[in-house]
Amino acid sequence: MGWLWESLNSSIGKKIVMAVTGIFLIIFLIVHLIGNITLFFGPDAFNGYVSTLDVVKPLIRVIEVVLLAVFIFHIFNGLRLWLENKKTQGGKFFGKYRVNASSENSSFSSRTMIISGSIVFIFLVLHLGTFFWRFNVHDPQGYADTHQYFFIVSELFGIWWYSALYVIAVLLLGFHLNHGFQSAFQTFGWNNKKYFPLIQKFGTVYAIIMALGFASMPVYFFFFYGGNL
Amino acid sequence: MGNNNINLTLNIWRQESAEAKGDFEKFKVSVSPDASILEMLDELNNKLEKEGKIPIAFESDCREGICGTCGLVVNGHPHGALPKIATCQLHMRNFKDGETLYIEPFRATAFKIIKDLIVDRSGFDEIQQAGGYISFNTGSAPDANAVPIPKEIASLALDAAECIGCGACVAACKNSSAMLFVAAKVSQFALLPQGQPERYERVQAMIAKMDELGFGSCSNTYACEAECPKGISVKNIARMNRDYIVSKVTKETV
Repeated sequence: MGWLWESLNSSIGKKIVMAVTGIFLIIFLIVHLIGNITLFFGPDAFNGYVSTLDVVKPLIRVIEVVLLAVFIFHIFNGLRLWLENKKTQGGKFFGKYRVNASSENSSFSSRTMIISGSIVFIFLVLHLGTFFWRFNVHDPQGYADTHQYFFIVSELFGIWWYSALYVIAVLLLGFHLNHGFQSAFQTFGWNNKKYFPLIQKFGTVYAIIMALGFASMPVYFFFFYGGNL
Repeated sequence: MGNNNINLTLNIWRQESAEAKGDFEKFKVSVSPDASILEMLDELNNKLEKEGKIPIAFESDCREGICGTCGLVVNGHPHGALPKIATCQLHMRNFKDGETLYIEPFRATAFKIIKDLIVDRSGFDEIQQAGGYISFNTGSAPDANAVPIPKEIASLALDAAECIGCGACVAACKNSSAMLFVAAKVSQFALLPQGQPERYERVQAMIAKMDELGFGSCSNTYACEAECPKGISVKNIARMNRDYIVSKVTKETV
């Protein structure tokens, strides 16, 4: 199996790892957003949805482990590419261009993947440390024990800086997805003059729906509940 | 002559050798708008030589945009800001009187600076030698249409073959990736019947050589396509990715 390891560590192999894990995460986000929409239908709808997931807990746990592996591969590979690519930009005697015209030949999203990705990663750690932890492990308020998950959401989104961070992070996620979506298809070699423009447009629409969709939740809870349960 | 000359301030990268510290040197020039940027540098060098100073080292050959020898980064754009031209085709009429220009070499770890604006692009030769050829004798010119090739495919192959190997794609890429160059060289054979026997060995060998030489990885910013003097499409990169995946997954040769 040496050839497989070698192939995945080639320049194209690393792109493929990025693209495959990225597509998996793109699909995960769709499922996550659809589930979270129940938040807009009140406590019963959301609590009911989370309790339904509880019924199939073993399956959910398996998916979570796969998801964790995918996240780790995507993040590790992204960081590694960033570090390796930094070394290709010239030695110590000549490095960066004095005049940089990259804004005229490439998109903002495509040049800032490491920045948007890093901030989304910080957000992810906080997100797991608050929501995931209180839903699954320990909730100091005891809401999770009585399946009143909705109250955890309205309590956390009542904190202004917490909600603000969510909005910033998911907007950056939108930029990340805008480049990532079409980039994955280019990596797979699915670039054809008939349908690639469609993929690019679809990716942008997808990124906007994800960014606005996930941002709408903290905004909704902060302004309509303001920390009231 | 000289009546409608424009005055420019040039900041030109000077570097003694690969291991020396480089910096910009400032020159004030008055140049005819009909001159190309290389002719402007020729005039400047004549003046420098008369003054007993060391002329600016830069490369050029055909000066008609087909050889790929010249290559300067002008104000952040490889071959200047105009689309689909080589440096030699960049004329001074595209600049305004009083403008300041920054002229830099192609910067990448894989392109060592030899002197001033000249970089060592022999890495491209090594990639070509790794598989960018057909190793059987094609004989004398075949009869017309003896090997039928659809017009559409022939056009795509010729578009890829337009690559002059100048290195602007590497210079434009934030990762100094050579993907567009290699993709063009892989595609020109992958599309044609003559390239089929070695199609999958070729893509693997050329990618392996590219990685070995320290070119970066592609992150699909498409800056290469925007700056390419021949407008080589990133669809060639997609084709190369496809061929690489197919060769790794379905072929027994590693």
